[in-house]
Amino acid sequence: MPKITYIEFDGTAHDVEGDVGMTVMEVARKADVPGIEAECGGACSCATCHVYIDEAWQSKTGSAEEMEEDMLDFAFDVRPNSRLSCQIKVTDELDGLVVRLPEKQF
Amino acid sequence: MSNQPIETDVVIVGAGPCGLFAVFELGLLDIRCHLIDILDRPGGQCTELYPEKPIYDIPAYPIVSGQELTDKLMEQIKPFEPEFHFNQRVDELERQPDGQFLVKTDDGQQFLSKVVVIAAGGGSFTPKRPPIDGIEAFEGTSVFYSVRRMSDFAGKDLLIVGGGDSALDWTLNLAPIANSLTLVHRRDKFRAATDSVNKMLALREEGKINFLMGQMSQLNGENGQLESVTITGPDGDVDVKTNCLLPFFGLTMKLGPVADWGLNLHENLISVDTEKFETSEPGIFAVGDINHYPGKLKLILSGFHEAALMAQKANQIIYPDKKVIFQYTTSSSSLQKKLGVK
Repeated sequence: MPKITYIEFDGTAHDVEGDVGMTVMEVARKADVPGIEAECGGACSCATCHVYIDEAWQSKTGSAEEMEEDMLDFAFDVRPNSRLSCQIKVTDELDGLVVRLPEKQF
Repeated sequence: MSNQPIETDVVIVGAGPCGLFAVFELGLLDIRCHLIDILDRPGGQCTELYPEKPIYDIPAYPIVSGQELTDKLMEQIKPFEPEFHFNQRVDELERQPDGQFLVKTDDGQQFLSKVVVIAAGGGSFTPKRPPIDGIEAFEGTSVFYSVRRMSDFAGKDLLIVGGGDSALDWTLNLAPIANSLTLVHRRDKFRAATDSVNKMLALREEGKINFLMGQMSQLNGENGQLESVTITGPDGDVDVKTNCLLPFFGLTMKLGPVADWGLNLHENLISVDTEKFETSEPGIFAVGDINHYPGKLKLILSGFHEAALMAQKANQIIYPDKKVIFQYTTSSSSLQKKLGVK
């Protein structure tokens, strides 16, 4: 099972194993990783599962599509490596993925 | 608006799918409803958050969108002539000496009802507050999340933040009356309607508004009076002078005034029994995502079931002397008459 590392804003790291086909948001919610709220439940209708993709992984996760980019307008402190974790599907290729959480979800 | 209370059998707080289906179940029992919702149309989260997203777990609908589900429910409850009161939030709920409930909205509308059904989902939709330190201190004096009267903004140095329809519409409407107007958005692409974007770009071209790409990082001012906002953009920080900030970052759900109605709560949800879905206050029911009981699942279909059982108890309160005969819509001629199909 692919492993994903979530690093909270204060530096606390959580290594979580996820199933292929789940989203990066779902894996975090299942493991109760704090800092990912996912208020809309994964419909790309809020921006409360905002994460920063570790630079080394950006090419593997790809970039946000238009709808996701639009939703990122509702997030706080958006950066070039910002993504909504509900829009990233876990694949074997993403084994070892590192994402950082923003200071606040909003 | 009249301050005379509207008298009704039932007030339903929330016009999402569960509130709408409650109208159906109550209607079959000859009970009339008024629905109040903070949004400007029915459907709740279904139409506000995901109108086009498919839902796969509505019985007998292998796939249905949030908008279609809402439209179908509206069609289904039409025979019962529900009355809707949109753009209003229920602020107060008080039991009267005669046992009825007085319901007051933020718009001054009042209702007197025998039963109240809270179908408020995740709570009321409220504008999102940017998580910037100290923003609360400026709210209501220099920071506003909506425009109720345009004249309040005349002659101000306005700072509007956002890239959607609200941000662009208010930029276009307030630019002529403001002393100055700066629009800030994190990128040079806008979600708003193309026509609004083009009009905004024209104003910018004519020098009537300023546009700055970036994100708010700090509010500067004191005693509730904003003096400037620090915008962090691609070229670093810029302080934009302003005495009035309008941030438009969409809506989020907050439990809101429901918490003050004296009902037993369980982690921001209303505790109910599983026989009648009645709250700790007799005559006040809660159905759908807003309620809690052991084993609760936040599914639309669970809310439908809850509404059906709630209606049976509501019927006993509204018609205490009526003998209840359980009937099926497929075979009962009296139910079919109510539905207008016979």
